[in-house]
Amino acid sequence: MPGNPWFSLEWVRANADVLATRSWQHLLLTLEAVAIAAAVAVPLALLVGRRRRAAGAVVGTASVLYTVPSLALFAVLAPLLGIGRTPVLVGLVVYALLVILRQTLAGLQSVDPAALDAARGLGYGPAQVTLRVQLPAALPAVVSGLRLATVTTVALVTVGVVVGYGGLGQLMFEGFRNNFHRAEITTATLACLLMALVLDTLLWAAGRAATPWLRGRADGGRRAGHGQPARASVRAGTGTDLGADGRGEAA
Amino acid sequence: MTGDGVLAQALRYLNDPLSWTAPGGILDLTGQHLVMSVLAALLAAAVALPLGAWLGHAGRGAAVVVALSNTSRALPTLAVILLLATAGLFGDTATVLAAALFAVPVLLVGAYEGVRGADPAARDAARGLGMPGGRVLWQVELPLAVPLLAAGVRTAVVQVVATVPLAALAGGGGLGHVIAFGMGTQRYGQVLAGGLLVAALCLVVDGLLALAQRFAVPRPLRARAAATAAR
Repeated sequence: MPGNPWFSLEWVRANADVLATRSWQHLLLTLEAVAIAAAVAVPLALLVGRRRRAAGAVVGTASVLYTVPSLALFAVLAPLLGIGRTPVLVGLVVYALLVILRQTLAGLQSVDPAALDAARGLGYGPAQVTLRVQLPAALPAVVSGLRLATVTTVALVTVGVVVGYGGLGQLMFEGFRNNFHRAEITTATLACLLMALVLDTLLWAAGRAATPWLRGRADGGRRAGHGQPARASVRAGTGTDLGADGRGEAA
Repeated sequence: MTGDGVLAQALRYLNDPLSWTAPGGILDLTGQHLVMSVLAALLAAAVALPLGAWLGHAGRGAAVVVALSNTSRALPTLAVILLLATAGLFGDTATVLAAALFAVPVLLVGAYEGVRGADPAARDAARGLGMPGGRVLWQVELPLAVPLLAAGVRTAVVQVVATVPLAALAGGGGLGHVIAFGMGTQRYGQVLAGGLLVAALCLVVDGLLALAQRFAVPRPLRARAAATAAR
């Protein structure tokens, strides 16, 4: 077949409006999901963070939920909530919530007990300890959770195709059904990657701006980039805190 | 399309022996699903485990491993499956390749971190005894790496089992077919049933692997593995 290029600038130009619409859908869905997830996960982590058993129960439940694949979750939610945006949004919130929750808890557990003791010694009440010591100390972990959640959400939105609302995934699927039109799939893929990269960079910059006290440390910025800040600090210096898991469970 | 109606439909579908035993029924699709998963996992392991262990032993390539695992998070699996499909591979082949591709970073990290994280004292002692590099890797570093290796394998396999349903969107088989077919024919009860089946399969596989992980880890390392898992 003639003319099925992997990429075509002409196609991009001719379909700029569709591309913009789908990207906008994709972006809004991602931002909304991560924002809702963060608004729930961070307070929840602060609430259970000090109770070891409650934290264990929350993390256990979270990792069981995380084992359920997105496709299955969308498929279960769609018939119950109606086909379209809602089941995708709810599913995305669930996954983002688990990621942020796990990272925030790890961050809270890594807070230096001496700092907590010092704060209590200074007469801080529980609320003050939480707001003025724990939260700032866990902030890099929260940011890394937000970044991880955002990047995975951008990729996950595409699976929403299965219930008819996949943002850029919709373009990929249309391209596939439209005689394997490669340029359409490639363009949508690149747009996804670009969106993930831009959002990740913005969050990284925001995190850096919000934690000025870390800037002097050589690996402060890099550490926030991956999975496990709590462990990373132990292993700092090698520059290779790889976390042990791509999807987040087990390890 | 009321909620309880859908639930009743899903139960009726799951309760019908024919939906399980018919050609192309749930049992057939589960079989396909497992075969595809095993192939993808073996393919990924054949590439990633030796490479990860060697990189960890040599202490090189950390930047590449990190970059690979970060990029693989941002890359939509669906895109890779569809692109491979348009390159002339059928739905199942494309899915096996894509699932393997996404399992590679996970296994690579597990093997790399495991070997890299072996107690330096043990490594030094082995060298001091005059062991050559290959034997240090094989007899000292790899046994010490088992907890992280096993965790990586478990995560990777569960991820593969969770990725394979996407094959249905590219015209392939596996349990995702139940969902895709239900959507296509607007039988939403079947969509729900398919979702439940896929979720159940993933949870069962994860549970079995958790057990296997426990037995795979040498006893002296179990306490440490438990501490790692609890974090």
